[in-house]
Amino acid sequence: MTRLVVTAIGPASSVQDGGRRGFQRYGLTPGGAMDPLALAAANTLLGNDPFAAAVEIGPLGAAFTVCDGAVRLALTGASRAADIAGRPVALDSSMIVKEGETLTLGTARDGCFSYLALEGGLRGTPLFGSLSVNARAGLGSPYPRPLQAGDELSASTAVVGPENRIELAKRADGPIRVIMGPQNDEFPEDAIALFLSASWTVSAVSDRMGYRLEGPPLVHRHGHNIVSDGTVNGSIQVPGNGQPIVLMPDRGTSGGYPKIATVISADLGRLAQTPPGQRVGFQAVNLADAHAELKALADLIRTLPDRLRPADGSGVNVEALQDANLAGIAVSAIDPGTWQNERGESS
Amino acid sequence: MAEIATPPRLLPSGDSAVTVEFGRSIDETSNRRVLALDGALAREPVEGIVETVPTYRSLLVHYDPLKIRFDPLREKLIALATLPSPAAQQSRRWRIPVVYGGEHGIDLEDVANSLQTTPDEIVARHLRGDYRVAMIGFTPGWSYLSGLDPRLEMPRRREPRLLTPAGTISIGGVQAGIQCLPGPSGWHLLGRTAVRTYQLKRNPVFLLEPGDRVSFVAVDAHTFAEQERAAEGGEWIADLVLS
Repeated sequence: MTRLVVTAIGPASSVQDGGRRGFQRYGLTPGGAMDPLALAAANTLLGNDPFAAAVEIGPLGAAFTVCDGAVRLALTGASRAADIAGRPVALDSSMIVKEGETLTLGTARDGCFSYLALEGGLRGTPLFGSLSVNARAGLGSPYPRPLQAGDELSASTAVVGPENRIELAKRADGPIRVIMGPQNDEFPEDAIALFLSASWTVSAVSDRMGYRLEGPPLVHRHGHNIVSDGTVNGSIQVPGNGQPIVLMPDRGTSGGYPKIATVISADLGRLAQTPPGQRVGFQAVNLADAHAELKALADLIRTLPDRLRPADGSGVNVEALQDANLAGIAVSAIDPGTWQNERGESS
Repeated sequence: MAEIATPPRLLPSGDSAVTVEFGRSIDETSNRRVLALDGALAREPVEGIVETVPTYRSLLVHYDPLKIRFDPLREKLIALATLPSPAAQQSRRWRIPVVYGGEHGIDLEDVANSLQTTPDEIVARHLRGDYRVAMIGFTPGWSYLSGLDPRLEMPRRREPRLLTPAGTISIGGVQAGIQCLPGPSGWHLLGRTAVRTYQLKRNPVFLLEPGDRVSFVAVDAHTFAEQERAAEGGEWIADLVLS
């Protein structure tokens, strides 16, 4: 059986897909990829469903060795060095890893999470409609916990063929956009103004449950306890120390701190890719603007296949070479090392 | 008798959810209206609503803004929320066994001291309560109950514990709780139950529903240990009665 063996992996790396919906009423959080666009891009590169499960790789490096057949993979998300048996490979592209070869990933240079998708999808048994790992709830497949060295992921056997890259526009920078509330009335006007004007540093104790922000303390109008109510991805709760916490996909489904604002859906992935130590600011937008941005993101994800390009970048007709039984040459023609420099990235 | 219902406050929670808030405190009326709206949406699903999450005093409605626009959603929710309250629904009642005190309820003595009574009296007050599952949240199966004897109200611990055991039965403020998974808690631990409100090996995985009634029965440590083994194998342990 063809498989991808995890030979090294850092913390905060787990199988994630689009998450599970419909069980928050029982306290079961949705989970799912921290950066849904990057997950969708990785899957699109391989012809998978955009929200199929992939390996979400945290900020530290990882290595995967292929056993019993070749595997086609795609890597998106945080920028980091990557090589197959010493040959540099590019992000945002598909690649074949042959039997016995190892794909080695460095630490994230920009961003936090990378997505490694497998052609044919990552195999497992869905629980509540998802393979996403939620270790606390004992959920996730094939392993109900973050990945560890020695874990094996079963894979489809790939044949050598043309590889794709995907052209994604650079993400906008600038403030993270929020919709104020639902409990902004728990804060005096000057606290709201401070929240929107301050520069917030992402704390090192941030994780898939929440991103803690450090900055000037925000005061509450009536203290920091409210009657617990429901949370969403992007809820910005402010506990007693006045330091906001942005709730992420592994959040508790309810919470008892006032929520000053909520990050818009279109900006959640960008915030998730902001490493500890970096600064973020917030900008209030209205619901109509947020919905327009959400629709634009949904349209982008739906049309990702239109952004696929042959990975050779030189107009070589890979299929023709293959037809001429020159597959070996085709592989070298699409050696990502040749076009990685064209794209201005270091290898 | 049709009561005149004041419209709830609708507070956007980001771009894909709205909080339908019926009150600001823990009170029976607000929670009934939350559960009534939740029930109405379950009976007549609205295209574009993804899921609903009932809590003490508000219903969080997750929606897909590509399928339903906010204004029609708001109108629909307000219309449903201001309908006269339906007659009380028949609700399920669970009898949940609890072993109180000692290693199973390490705060029982302290609670008794704080409230200037005996541990037995604390247990008696806890057992007399007629509880309702007001909400389930935070972590899988964590059931927040209303109906705590007011004589058991006390502030939460100043320092929350980082790890409390599975099946913890606790009180905090005006609330009583059944905690399923091990995890942090700032509440006072009175005892433990073998009942798992969330158990992957069992059908149903989630035992309690918001709105269910709950009463507790005391068991000894030996019975608790036996029940724990049975619960591990997927048994319900809790008795279900219709009332």
